[in-house]
Amino acid sequence: MRKIRLIIGREIKSKLKNKTFIIMTILAPLLITGFLAFMIKMTQSEKTEQNVLVIDDSQLFKDKLVGNDYISLSFTNQKLEKAVAEFTEKGYSCLLWISPTVVEGGAGAIKLFYKKSPGFAFQTYVKDQMERIIYESKLKANNIDPNIISNSKQSIKIILEKVNDKGSTQEQASFGLFGFLTGALMFMFILMYGMMVFRSVMEEKTNRIVEVIVSSVKPFELMLGKIIGVAILGTIQFLIMGLITFILTTALSAIFLKDASSQLKVFETQQELVKKNGTNVNFNELEKFDDKLELFDLLKKLQKIDFLEVFICFILYFIGGYLFYSSIMAAIGSAVDSESDSQQFITPVMIPLMIGYFIATKTIMDPDSSTVFWGSIIPFTSPIVMMSRITNGVPMWELLLSLSILFVSFIFTTWMAGKIYRTGILMYGKKTSWREIGKWLFYK
Amino acid sequence: MPDILQIKNVSKKYSNHVALNDVSLNIAEKAVFGLLGPNGAGKTSLIRIINQITGPDSGEIFFKGEKLTQKHVERIGYLPEERGLYKKMSVGDQVLYLAQLKGLHKHEAKKRLTYWFEKFEMQSWWKKKIEELSKGMQQKVQFIVTVIHEPELLILDEPFSGFDPINAQLIKNEILELRKKGATVIFSTHNMGSVEELCDNIALINKSEKILDGSVKEIRKANRTNTYKISFKGNLLGFTNALWTGGEILEKHTEDDIHSVTLKLTPGVSGTQLLQAILPICEIHSFNELIPSMNDIFIMKVNQGNGAVGTQSNYTE
Repeated sequence: MRKIRLIIGREIKSKLKNKTFIIMTILAPLLITGFLAFMIKMTQSEKTEQNVLVIDDSQLFKDKLVGNDYISLSFTNQKLEKAVAEFTEKGYSCLLWISPTVVEGGAGAIKLFYKKSPGFAFQTYVKDQMERIIYESKLKANNIDPNIISNSKQSIKIILEKVNDKGSTQEQASFGLFGFLTGALMFMFILMYGMMVFRSVMEEKTNRIVEVIVSSVKPFELMLGKIIGVAILGTIQFLIMGLITFILTTALSAIFLKDASSQLKVFETQQELVKKNGTNVNFNELEKFDDKLELFDLLKKLQKIDFLEVFICFILYFIGGYLFYSSIMAAIGSAVDSESDSQQFITPVMIPLMIGYFIATKTIMDPDSSTVFWGSIIPFTSPIVMMSRITNGVPMWELLLSLSILFVSFIFTTWMAGKIYRTGILMYGKKTSWREIGKWLFYK
Repeated sequence: MPDILQIKNVSKKYSNHVALNDVSLNIAEKAVFGLLGPNGAGKTSLIRIINQITGPDSGEIFFKGEKLTQKHVERIGYLPEERGLYKKMSVGDQVLYLAQLKGLHKHEAKKRLTYWFEKFEMQSWWKKKIEELSKGMQQKVQFIVTVIHEPELLILDEPFSGFDPINAQLIKNEILELRKKGATVIFSTHNMGSVEELCDNIALINKSEKILDGSVKEIRKANRTNTYKISFKGNLLGFTNALWTGGEILEKHTEDDIHSVTLKLTPGVSGTQLLQAILPICEIHSFNELIPSMNDIFIMKVNQGNGAVGTQSNYTE
C-alpha cells in the first residue's frame, strides 16, 4: 500500500507542477461561464437607444405606432428626399418611410434608412406593431371588433407529467438540453482523464523508466497507482472547476438574471390573474414580457432540476466510467511504443464513447426510446447516456442496474488491463497488433 | 561461499518461442557473476524472472535459501538494459522517489543521496531536470538509483552499453568496491573484455539453454587447446625437425633473425616435452601457453551450439 501511495503521490505532483494543467483548470470555468453569459445576453434583446423619424404617407399609423422605453418615434410631413439627406444631422438614428399603398402590401412599401444598423430586435418590434395595426384597421373596415378576435385566440402549453412505478405523477422538467450537456461533460471528462492515463503510461514506457519501477513494485500496483492518481487529480480539478464556475455563475446571475427573476414573478402573478379572471384586463401587461418568454422558460426549467441528484449521479458515473475506460487506456498505452502508433489503438476505444455521445444527442428528442435505454445500461456508453437521461426521471431499478453493470465491468477491464499492461510495458521495438495483445492476456 | 541465488529448472515460454528451457544456476555470494550469451538467448528473460517482473512457467528460485518472493525486491538492485528516467522530473525528486519505492524512508534516502552526489561531484544537479543533463550524467544518476538502497544482489544488464570510457571505468571501480563490501553482482554483457576483468564466475546461455558455467579461471583452463607461442633465435629448419610429429605449426614469422612460431601440440604432448626438445637447438626468448580468451570460448561454444564450424579465432596471452 505504501508503494501505491508513493505512485499516486508522484502522479499527482507531476501534474500539479505542469503549467498547462493549472491554466486549464482555471481557464475552463472562465470559458464555460463566459459562454453561458453570452447565451443569456443573446436571449435578452439589445436595448440601443433609437430615435426614429417617421414619414407616414399612408396616414394610417399616426398615434397608433408607439415607441417603448428605448425607442422613440417622431412623425413628420417632410419630403422623403430632404429627410433622407438631413435626418442624421437632426439627431435621429434612422428614418422610417411608409408608402401610401402600405395596406396593399408588397416589397418596398416600407423603407428604413439608417447609417448605423438599428438591429434585428428593433425591426421585429416595429414590424410586429405595424402588422397588428394594419390587421386591426382591415378588421375595422369590415366591421369586426378586433377585441373579439384577440380574445378568441388562446395559446396553450403542454405540461409533461411522468407516471412512476407507484402510480404517482411528477411534472417533468423535460429539459433535454441540460441532460445532454451533462452527458457531453461526462464524455469530455472520461476522454480527458483516460487520455491522461494513456499518456502517463506511454511516457514511462518510452522513457524506459518502467523497467526500473517494476523491479520495485508489481506492474499491477503501478497501473493501479496511476489510475487512482489521475482519478484523484481529476476529482480535485473537477471540484476546483466546479467551485470557480459556481462562484462566477452566481455572480453573473446576480448581474444578468436579477431583473429576469423578479420579472418572472410579476409575469407569473399576471398569468394567475388572467387564469382566474379570464378577462383581457391584464393582457397588455403580459405582452410586455413577450420577448422574455424564452428566458423565463429556461429559468423555470432550471428551478425544477434536482441538482443534488445530478451531482451524485455524475460523481458515481464518472468514477465508474473513468475506471472502465482508463484501464483500457492504460492497457493500450502499455502496448504502443511511440506517439505515432497510438492512433490506431485509441480509435477503437473512442468509437464506443462517440456512440454514447450520439445517443446522448438523441435523448433530447426521444428520451424513452429503446436505443437510449440500452445505451444507458451497456457499460461502454452508460455513463454518458444515463447522464443525459437523468433530468427526465429515471426509475431507480434502471439506475441501480446500470451502475452495478458498470462497476462489475470495470473490475473486469482492470483485471484484463493488468494482464496486458504487465507484458506490454516491457515490449520494445516490436509493432504490436490486436492479436498480439490478445495473446498477452494468457501469459503467466 | 554459500549461494545467494539458486535457480532450479526454470522454464519460460512465450506464445511463439521458448525463452528459457530448464535452466539451473547457482550464483555464489560476494562474487561477480557474468551472465553471457548472444542476443535473444534468454538472458533478459532470466533477469526479469529474478526481479519478479515476470514469473517462470515452471521452476523455482531461492534467495539465500528462501523461496524468492516480492519482499526480496528491496534487497535487489537492478539496472536494466533499456533504462531511462522521467525527463521532466528533477534529479533529486526522482532518485528519492525510486529509492522510496525500494523501501527506503525519505529521510534515509536523502542522506544516502547526498553521499552519492558528493562522491560523484554532482551536488549542483539536485534541482536540475533530467532532460537538462547529458547522457553520461544521466547514466550516473541511473547507477545511483540502482545502488542507493545498498542491495545485497546487484543485477546489471549490459551496464556499459552507451557509457563513455571514463564513466565505464568509474562504474567498474564502483562495482568492484561494492563487491568488496559484500555485494553480489550479476552482470549480463557482450563485452568479454570486462568479463575477464571483473567476473569470478560465468554462465553461458544460448538458445534458451545454459551451455556452460563455472569459474572463469577453470573454464579457460578446461578449454586449453595446447597451443604455444615461442620466440627464438636459431635455425627454423632445425626447430621444425626437433618438433617432428609433436605438433603442428599454425603461424610463423621472422624479424631480425628472431623467429616467432605459434604451434599446436598433438594431444598427449606437453609443453615441458616441447621445451625439452627444442632447448638444445635454439636460444629461446619467450615461451607462452596461449589460453583462449572468454571471447574465443564464447564464440566457440555458441557456434558449436548452432552447429556451425568454429571460426578461426585470435588467441591472447
